[in-house]
Amino acid sequence: MSKSPGVWLLAWRRFGRDRLGLACLVVVLVYGAVMVASAAGWIVRDWSEEAGVSYAPPTFLGPEALSSEKSSAGALSLAASEDYGIPDPLADDLAEIAKELAGTSATETRAATLAFGADKWGRDVLRKAVKGTETSLFVGLVAASLAAFLGTLFGALAGYQGGWIDDFFNWLYSVFTSIPYLLLVLAVAAVVNQKGVFTVILILGLTGWTGIFRLIRAEYMKHKVREYVLAADAIGASGARRMFVHILPNVSHVVLVQLSLHVVLFIKSEVILTFLGFGVGVDTVSWGSMLAEAQSELILGKWWQIAAATFAMAVLVTAFSLLTDALRDALDPRLK
Amino acid sequence: MSLLGVRDLAVDFRIDEATTLRAVKGIGFDIAERSTVALVGESGSGKSVTALAIMGLLPRENARVHPASRIDYLGRNLLALPGRELRALRGAEISMIFQEPMSSLNPVFTVGFQIAEALKQHRALPASQARPRALQLLGEVGLAEPQAKLGAYPFQLSGGEQQRVMIAMAIACEPKLLIADEPTTALDVTVQRQILELIAGLQARRRMSMLFITHDLSLVGEIADQVVVMRHGEIREQGSAERIFSAPQDAYTRALLACRPPLDRRPQRLPVIDDFMGGTGPRPGERRRGLRGDEPIILEARGLAKSFYFRNGLFGKRELKAVKGASFKVAKGKTLGVVGESGSGKTTVGLLLMRLHKASGGEVLFEGRDLLPLPPKAAYSYKRRIQIVFQNPYASLNPRFTVGQILTEPMQIHGVGSGAAERRALGLELLDKVGLAADSFARYPHEFSGGQRQRIAIARALTLRPEVLICDESVSALDVSVQAQLLNLLQDLQDEYAMSYVFISHDLAVVRYMADQVMVMKDGEIVEIAGPDEIYSSPKHPYTRLLLSSMPRRAQ
Repeated sequence: MSKSPGVWLLAWRRFGRDRLGLACLVVVLVYGAVMVASAAGWIVRDWSEEAGVSYAPPTFLGPEALSSEKSSAGALSLAASEDYGIPDPLADDLAEIAKELAGTSATETRAATLAFGADKWGRDVLRKAVKGTETSLFVGLVAASLAAFLGTLFGALAGYQGGWIDDFFNWLYSVFTSIPYLLLVLAVAAVVNQKGVFTVILILGLTGWTGIFRLIRAEYMKHKVREYVLAADAIGASGARRMFVHILPNVSHVVLVQLSLHVVLFIKSEVILTFLGFGVGVDTVSWGSMLAEAQSELILGKWWQIAAATFAMAVLVTAFSLLTDALRDALDPRLK
Repeated sequence: MSLLGVRDLAVDFRIDEATTLRAVKGIGFDIAERSTVALVGESGSGKSVTALAIMGLLPRENARVHPASRIDYLGRNLLALPGRELRALRGAEISMIFQEPMSSLNPVFTVGFQIAEALKQHRALPASQARPRALQLLGEVGLAEPQAKLGAYPFQLSGGEQQRVMIAMAIACEPKLLIADEPTTALDVTVQRQILELIAGLQARRRMSMLFITHDLSLVGEIADQVVVMRHGEIREQGSAERIFSAPQDAYTRALLACRPPLDRRPQRLPVIDDFMGGTGPRPGERRRGLRGDEPIILEARGLAKSFYFRNGLFGKRELKAVKGASFKVAKGKTLGVVGESGSGKTTVGLLLMRLHKASGGEVLFEGRDLLPLPPKAAYSYKRRIQIVFQNPYASLNPRFTVGQILTEPMQIHGVGSGAAERRALGLELLDKVGLAADSFARYPHEFSGGQRQRIAIARALTLRPEVLICDESVSALDVSVQAQLLNLLQDLQDEYAMSYVFISHDLAVVRYMADQVMVMKDGEIVEIAGPDEIYSSPKHPYTRLLLSSMPRRAQ
């Protein structure tokens, strides 16, 4: 008996014809692989090691970027000491100590330059960016899954059952959407009262289901009066079976597209939350914490940390958004 | 003299990068001035594509007209005309009426505005003159109270009124050619009759030419001078209407004429296209219908009622009585035909019998036991004994299930068969019974045609071996040739399993063919119940008489 292509396989074939979509899928999969490898500790386990000198510049700029500034600082101190015409009595001792220190740690184990520079503590920016990818992408994926799960469940119940259940969920929806977003996020953060990745996931997941709820509710209202659902009722299928076995597969493309939209949204939200100081703790690195650090660095002209975080985020977010568009086209051919 | 000449028209549709479909395969016909040409064919015959090609309305992204094709309108080739000139012709000299009046009218503008807009566009009439002209047109298409309807929005009008408005818009600029694409298909029979007479009258009075597109050959006899029969993008036969009806040359035309149930006889089986194309011809034998009166009653409704409530204002409620105390009996192994127009409550009766809607009152007795007050658990065992086949086979099958899943699910729920293997065997047996190949089992519904899907829906209902099968307009959405096949199938199944049918339809000819007893409904009430021959030969109720007189008269 020949196996014939199902709806999902047909959608995959349509998706396969979209070159841009495929390219974006590859980019997203590479990011996913990086996230898994980093979480498993196969790569960048030593991201917090102070590998370079403070603010070590990227290798392609060479060590001069740092030394030129040092020399100007040295010239300044020389000028200051000469002003008074009095030689520093401790100068020789200090120079000796400095020489000793430099000899033991900095000059021997700390590199003057790193592939893409170092931060204030001399940590490799590239490794930080990889580790930040792990945090941000993980938060985005898990929080979006949580929001999609809640939104789908609530939407299915409200849309299918109607009556007071619908009223209740609509009331809940109104409560959540009537509070300004940041205030709501801060309120949840205050209630949870501890910093960390899972707190951020909870915050985003518990506040972000509303849009998905609205869409899924409308889909269920549309589908529950369709004849195939009536037919399922006629053969004696239970309410839960009609909701989740019959209707859910028919609205799952909406969930999938929303899920991928929300991943992008939540990655950006995590970055913003962390930047504002409500996100992940100081012991974790995310793109948001990198950007927060970069705020003060930028004044000193150390641009590499912000560049690394921005680049990593921009590539993922762009690829994910384009992937979402391609998914939508593939799953809903009526749009074409 | 010919007004429009179609020559070697071929249209390709691009389905995806790799496949194109030739929807129209080089056809040619003429429309003479002041004459009506009917383009007849079943779905997929290319008749609507032809009309869109004439109007220049084919979707530009995926339709391609073959370069050798010509459509000559008064010496000009419409296919080679620049867009601006074509737009000037369209609406002014050639205009079109579509099948669905509701979706062709813009819902946010009033009727008067939309007619006036057409006049302003093509006739450059100032607003002060356009409005009285619109009023005059609404009067001409026979709309009651045209003054009031001018300010009405489309949703405030009934289907028939909307179609009249569409016709008024189409004739507003006094076109030379009117293309009517299935203008009466979406309407009730009594309204269909009025619209048909209106169109025919306008055509004669205004000396227009008309291209009348339909799937229903029986409509054509009353209205057309010339008939063109199409199938699969080709013309099978064309000629004068009398010739086509009196001496059809082509086997397909003969089959189309024969596969509608006749009103004077009741053959054992309806002839289908294959009988003619294969050359075997129809089989003899008449079927007897009607009740003797002593048959056991399996299902009985007493005072069945259903009200729907709409919110009216802030606190008010408006009651709509969809079914008002219907009482009837279904005899074992026999067919009860339910006839009525849209809004008559016939579908609601079917859903009430199935408990798919909660009844507002009355009783449904199944072998003497009232089903309606039973709790869901107890009603569950009755579900398998009453089953339903819905109207639209495109909507009633879950698109994400394979045919196998569709067929085994009811058995699984009701514990029919001891295991997956046995259910699968039962499913395959039923597929064979309804005339589908065994390899359909692993396929999805979207791979099947409408008729095949309806076979799957019937097989699904049969999995539970029901004693009563409700057919709610089960063949109405299908082509006439497919209708005949499915009616034969339903009849065979009834003969084999001695099922009782509740056969709901708006189609009087089909009901006369299928039913042992006919129940006529209007506005939620049963106006008449009688045997099929009785009701068609001597209808008692005036509404029944109106329905019968509205049936398309065939030129035979």
